[in-house]
Amino acid sequence: MSDLIEIRWHGRGGQGAKTASLLLADAAFNTGKYIQGFPEYGPERMGAPITAYNRISSDPITVHSNIYEPDYVVVVDDTLLESVNVTSGLKPSGAIVINTTKSADYLKSVLNDYSGDIYTIDARKISMEALGRYFPNTPMLAAIVKVSHIMSDEDFLNDMKDSFKHKFAKKPEVIDGNMKAIEMALNEVKKI
Amino acid sequence: MSIRERLSGNEAAATAMKQINPDVVAAFPITPSTEIPQYFSTFVANGNVDTEFVAVESEHSAMSACIGAEAAGARAMTATSANGLSLMWEMIYIASSLRLPIVLSLVNRAVSGPLNIHCDHSDAMGVRDSGWIMLFSENNQEAYDNLLMAHRIAENENVLLPLMVCQDGFITSHSIENIELEEDDKVKKFVGEYHPNHYLLNDKEPMAIGPLDLQAYLFEHKAQQANAMKAAKDVILQVSKDFESWTGRHYGLFEEYMLDDCDFAIVCMNSTAGTAKAVVNDLRAKGIKAGLLKIRVYRPFPAEEVAEALSNLKAVAVLDRADSLNGMGGALFEDVVSSMYVAGKQVPIVNYVYGIGGRDTTCNDIESVYNDLSEIAQSGKVDNPYRYLGLRKGDM
Amino acid sequence: MSEINNNTPIDEMTIGGNIYEAGNARNFKTGDWRSVKPVFIRENCRQCGLCFPVCPENAIPVSKDDLQRTDFNYDYCKGCGVCAKVCPFSAITMKEEGV
Repeated sequence: MSDLIEIRWHGRGGQGAKTASLLLADAAFNTGKYIQGFPEYGPERMGAPITAYNRISSDPITVHSNIYEPDYVVVVDDTLLESVNVTSGLKPSGAIVINTTKSADYLKSVLNDYSGDIYTIDARKISMEALGRYFPNTPMLAAIVKVSHIMSDEDFLNDMKDSFKHKFAKKPEVIDGNMKAIEMALNEVKKI
Repeated sequence: MSIRERLSGNEAAATAMKQINPDVVAAFPITPSTEIPQYFSTFVANGNVDTEFVAVESEHSAMSACIGAEAAGARAMTATSANGLSLMWEMIYIASSLRLPIVLSLVNRAVSGPLNIHCDHSDAMGVRDSGWIMLFSENNQEAYDNLLMAHRIAENENVLLPLMVCQDGFITSHSIENIELEEDDKVKKFVGEYHPNHYLLNDKEPMAIGPLDLQAYLFEHKAQQANAMKAAKDVILQVSKDFESWTGRHYGLFEEYMLDDCDFAIVCMNSTAGTAKAVVNDLRAKGIKAGLLKIRVYRPFPAEEVAEALSNLKAVAVLDRADSLNGMGGALFEDVVSSMYVAGKQVPIVNYVYGIGGRDTTCNDIESVYNDLSEIAQSGKVDNPYRYLGLRKGDM
Repeated sequence: MSEINNNTPIDEMTIGGNIYEAGNARNFKTGDWRSVKPVFIRENCRQCGLCFPVCPENAIPVSKDDLQRTDFNYDYCKGCGVCAKVCPFSAITMKEEGV
């Protein structure tokens, strides 16, 4: 039986949801998986709702279509909850991870009584504390790794450290902040 | 040893071009192929290649510059999509009639209008009879591999035709997926150097190209192009064989997926073939004998081979990602039907136009085609051979 | 390269109509395009040298020995009349062919 995991990301242009989906693909790739990471391209404007996707599997992936029945959904911006049907097709056996500080009651009501697990994380607080600026994609990446068990925390941390070293070779001072954001996110993502 | 990597289709194409290290690349940006010359220009700037990069002011000029470079004796490459290819159109014919083995990376996109930047095959279908060899690629791996084989096919002295490698815009061009890359020095060795027999910069042999070619000559020159296109089939197979003994990756004129013992099959090209494979696997698990024939070499069209491969089936569906708007079906459908008829093979066959303008084609869509095929196989009849897949219907 | 003409079989033709030799315009006699013909009036000519550089077909031969122009080469002269126009001494007149 295939262990295929399908993930859908909802964000706004400029928030890094596409980048986060590509980073997740990278991290899973580095643990030996077959991966797909692709955005759904529409009008490319700052602030416009965007969707991105991941497929992750131990076997080669040949399907080339969007994902309509994801195992997991990640919502990078909670202002989308009232305008986009983020739980559309989401499997009850799966989970949704939301960057929010809103109450559980509010979330349940806007998620159309989604029966699967709902996780929240305050990516803004984490990002401001660890990086001093609002980059929600790194904490959200850590949160979905934690929730989906795509890889162990340890594998993920090691992989991210390597990739930050490579990515920020010219400004090593930001590596620690990003690693701190990831560690905080792994600890702080919680089920409601 | 192959190198395990993850790249988008555009990154894969640009990487192949870097490893091929052509003499000249002339290109103009157009979505969704823009990234190819963009990445390549950084390779030039970083000194990874010693290519002359010509930043032209239009696609017509891009192809013109490639023609000039190739005629001069250089190896020239370019990339484009949709309306970019439309603007090249005049020069596309010049390239093939002058027998210049230019290699083009075509990232398939709907030709306007109305304006659409997403995938379909209308751009490729517009030049299907222009004398270019056309290879289609299911994913980033095939786009990469086809480009590595391209020059050896195009530059073969029995061929000498330009060649385009197609892949689906956004669907594979912008999707990050696993890929096996080959080592730079091995690629260089496989591709080899380009030493044309005749070229404009040869001071030992002054020559003229593109002369006036009137009633007494053009016919024969066109027939020569047609003969070269026929000869390309064997060359493609030979190069693919060499490629397989190097990389272990097998390529033929088309891929037969669970076709041997199947009752009915889909014929299609590019990324949809991957989706169809997943559906075939599911159907096989349920005991349904579904199959797939994925066209890799669209020009020259492997007519005899396709007819033979489909001859024992009970029903066939041909999927066209471009509508020919001719009232009788898509281009691939016509090619398959002609192949079958000429070979005297009678199989019920149906056409589906699908995926126009990037309309997503899901496993459910493909499964519905196999369901239709199952009915056709039982009844042996095709009521309406020219159908749509995924079209919103009203009371038509 | 052997001469290619309208009897040459397809396998003996070059691809794309390529011509692998220089100076082959000589093989193409453009004289039969001519409808008006320049006539050289030797006694009026002062060998000023204005006519032969303007001839598009190089149909006004000039002797290598004494640099004097000689009569037209009608194999190539298309009868364009440019030489007659530039001649200041009425040493070239245009005459209709066949009249």
